[in-house]
Amino acid sequence: MKAARPNREGKWAWRLTGFVTLCVYIFMFAPIVATVILSFNASMFGGFPMTGFSLQWYAKLMGNEAVLTAFRTSLWIALVTAVATTAIGVVTAFALVRFEFPGKQALSTLVILPALVPETILGVGLLVLIKAIDQPRTMLLLVLGHILLAVPYVVLIAQARMVGIRRVYEEAALSLGASRFSSFREITLPLLIPAVVGGVLLAFTISFDNTSASLFWRPAGVETMPTQILSMLKISISPEINALGTVMILVTVGIPLIGGLILQSLTKLKRRGEPKEEVR
Amino acid sequence: MNNRWTLYDPRLAWMLVAPVLLLLIFFLVLPIAVMAAYTFFTFVTAGVETSALTTANWQEFFTDSYYSGFLLKTLRVGAITALLCGVLGYFPAYFIWATSFRHKWLLLLLLIVPFWISFTIRTFSWINILGEQGVINVALLKMGIINEPLQMLYNEGAVILGLLHFLLPYMILNVYVSLEGIDRTLISAARSMGCTSAQAFREVTLPLSLPGLAAGLLLCFVLAAGSYVTPQLLGSGRDALFGNLIYDTIMGELNWPMGATLSIVLFVVLGFFAAIYTRYMGMSQIVKGLAG
Repeated sequence: MKAARPNREGKWAWRLTGFVTLCVYIFMFAPIVATVILSFNASMFGGFPMTGFSLQWYAKLMGNEAVLTAFRTSLWIALVTAVATTAIGVVTAFALVRFEFPGKQALSTLVILPALVPETILGVGLLVLIKAIDQPRTMLLLVLGHILLAVPYVVLIAQARMVGIRRVYEEAALSLGASRFSSFREITLPLLIPAVVGGVLLAFTISFDNTSASLFWRPAGVETMPTQILSMLKISISPEINALGTVMILVTVGIPLIGGLILQSLTKLKRRGEPKEEVR
Repeated sequence: MNNRWTLYDPRLAWMLVAPVLLLLIFFLVLPIAVMAAYTFFTFVTAGVETSALTTANWQEFFTDSYYSGFLLKTLRVGAITALLCGVLGYFPAYFIWATSFRHKWLLLLLLIVPFWISFTIRTFSWINILGEQGVINVALLKMGIINEPLQMLYNEGAVILGLLHFLLPYMILNVYVSLEGIDRTLISAARSMGCTSAQAFREVTLPLSLPGLAAGLLLCFVLAAGSYVTPQLLGSGRDALFGNLIYDTIMGELNWPMGATLSIVLFVVLGFFAAIYTRYMGMSQIVKGLAG
């Protein structure tokens, strides 16, 4: 279809499109690349020009107890959030796609809402509620809050996948005498695996990344990684922060990439060549 | 055969959605309801309020231009950001859709990667570009174009730039998804009928991709107007947005009733825009965009 009479203005428009696209990609990655490069700067000050290559800021980071504690805290919260959100989200998507029940439409709108309501509002809301019933901020509250933030995305991913799984498979299992639960476990869940892996990864990153809401919800004295970075930034931009940023980039990009590879090898057999099967 | 009747039993559905429903009720619906009630509470002193009902918070909000100024600035920044995202995001989306490059997925992956990188880090990384010792200033100084560093950080431009960096992938993916839904034979048909490629774009591709563009605009606007971290890191005190105002009112002044009032205002205002959008476009477009 591309062959159809290329003309001059079309060519220029296409070149312009390509140029803007390139600029956008540079725009997206320039600050990230600069941060990674600067993390190896030997200079005391967080900025250019580079005065030499050094790993000292990474060494310093490894000895920074506050950062390590925050890192562990975030890791745990993100792991629990990822597992719990995916379990809840997959089950919800299953119900929303397979079942007809009153209020289904309202519920599916409500489920997306946490992704659209600004975090500041969600943050304040929960605080006001627990203040009204006189409860302290706890770790449990923080984790449940993170689950709330991640749930829309997991439900959407699982729903998109669920739509592509034909219900006759389940019905066949049921008619052969399988229980509802075992048909879900044996038939539906294995077919849903890509959505499950995707959900876990996405929920993990959403939780590990969350700043605004965590600022409101964290219990007194608890810092998550992003809030820790934020409070470090209030003091100054040090090369240590760039090193910390680089480590975080490695963690948050590395984990999904590895996950994505697993995902791809899982679905490779099915999807090779097909354009897109989860069309809604 | 009895199975058939219980196969898609609504009661089972309710059990399945119960966890999400409880979560949404206790962490979303109830908090917002309580917050709405809190706007009528009386502020006594920092951290203390009584449940004596008053409209003082609302009166203060509507009469003090301090608050409306914040609101207008927030809406302006959100609108500028969304429009810039729309203009700058359409090109890459179109490019990825139309390119004959075989590894399109790579271009898409590169857009998704920034999503994974901590938002706080992406935001502060701009300081390494725009700061006094950032790439731009150091390069310009070295080349002798300027004698002293330009002040590019801590102003509204930097805030918008940071928001743009955060929101562009949302826009690009939204537009891309909607372009992907276009039947390409329509364009071939237009071309074979004698349209130039520009005409085919104007008459076919652009109109058919508008739902994605509109969804992207709404998403970018809402997320920009609700932002907290970006103005905090890249803006000066004067560039604080509504989110920062809410945070300071609650965490700094401990004026909970006023903080609740401000939150409800932001919620209603952004909800108003979302409602207009849903009225004309429906929710499904946003859903597609969010699911990537």
